[in-house]
Amino acid sequence: MAVSGLIMIGYLLLHMYGNLKVFAGKEAFDEYAHHLRTFGEPMLPYEGLLWIVRVVLLAAIIVHVYAVVVLWRRNRKAGAVRGARRYYSKKNRTGIQRSYASFTMRWGGLVVLAFIVYHLLHLTTNDIAPGGASDSPYERVVNGFEIWYVVVAYTIAMLAVGFHLWHGIWSALTTLGQNRSSNRIDSRLTGLAVVVTLVITLGFLMPPWAIFLGLEA
Amino acid sequence: MKITVNVWRQQDAESKGSMVPYVLDEVSEHMSFLEMLDVLNEQLTLEGNDPVAFDSDCREGICGTCGVVINGIPHGPEVTTTCQLHMRTFKDGDVIDIEPWRAGSFPVIKDLVVDRGAFDRIIQAGGYISAPTGSAVEANNIPVPKADADHAFEAATCISCGACVAACPNGSAMLFTAAKITHLGLLPQGQPERDSRVLGMVEQHDAEGFGGCTNIGECTAACPKGIPLDTISRLNRDLLGALSRQTIG
Repeated sequence: MAVSGLIMIGYLLLHMYGNLKVFAGKEAFDEYAHHLRTFGEPMLPYEGLLWIVRVVLLAAIIVHVYAVVVLWRRNRKAGAVRGARRYYSKKNRTGIQRSYASFTMRWGGLVVLAFIVYHLLHLTTNDIAPGGASDSPYERVVNGFEIWYVVVAYTIAMLAVGFHLWHGIWSALTTLGQNRSSNRIDSRLTGLAVVVTLVITLGFLMPPWAIFLGLEA
Repeated sequence: MKITVNVWRQQDAESKGSMVPYVLDEVSEHMSFLEMLDVLNEQLTLEGNDPVAFDSDCREGICGTCGVVINGIPHGPEVTTTCQLHMRTFKDGDVIDIEPWRAGSFPVIKDLVVDRGAFDRIIQAGGYISAPTGSAVEANNIPVPKADADHAFEAATCISCGACVAACPNGSAMLFTAAKITHLGLLPQGQPERDSRVLGMVEQHDAEGFGGCTNIGECTAACPKGIPLDTISRLNRDLLGALSRQTIG
């Protein structure tokens, strides 16, 4: 789960870099999108790199989800009490120090998964085209994000991604043995997780809001 | 002061339990939590009722025998064991929920008493060093860096009470297992069996049906001894190392 998650975070950083090309204008953005397809030619076929990335990401998602299912089933059994609730007390329901992000990982993950499906249909295949379809990737993006509900949905999805990463980055690095701090909050890894999360979340939120507010190049 | 307690009552492992309210009219704020339960049990006995079963032994916070979930938090609101929690933490008129440790691997025996035998079996799977005993060697023959000694001692203060499992949303005993791995793994005497220890203990942990750690950190917050969370990362480092050495040879 940790390794597959970190692979996806690496991809998110690259994807975010591409999105920010919106601020360089239509030509730069479309050229970047085109170049992604011809990257590595003639050593790689057309869209070769893109397909390698797609296969790796799909594998990462499958591993990630498989790990969730195994862990979820095991943990549900481990905490369960036969014929009763685990705790009846209604006090301290939200635990002692756990973060909101840490106990919304599964539902947040589902939100992110649903968003990825919609996102591919919208901007990759363009089967869903709010604001009008186009052959220009730049126009697809701009057409879509001029509509308020598309921006709102995208923002919600990015916040879900943000929460997922906030706990996920810390948790992945801890699982890989990198936490050397005695407590959950002071950990240097928490700082790292927060910085990467903020960079990714804000980096992804800037283009749609800029388009919506008419600030793009 | 007047205290109302909602106590989990369960006749035996097979019966169905429920929360039962009892009112205590005269609780002194100087009483420990267990003394408050003693008063309750005297009252129940005089009324001809079955007293509440709960575990306790040393009552000075070092044996790890006692422990109940108080208002949803193992050992209650203070960072200490149940026996060292005092009624001055509560206010006159408070309603206190008292439940046993809850986990699939900690079956209730009666009322607030659970079977923590799973912990013994995890220790048996590697939580020791097999050094030949004899007269103790001169301590200064085996130098240990101060930082390592301190951290090992911190981990060694685990009293195996089980609060970490009771607090963990996943019912995982990772903090307990990791404390022993850290304690022995930081000291020279623990090195020969370091790989087999982590492999054996984690395997037994999983076989007992404890859950997997998702690094939420409730365990370390509930721990009466404040076992630090980085012990779990240390266990993971040892485990990754041991697994790779086992695979590659």
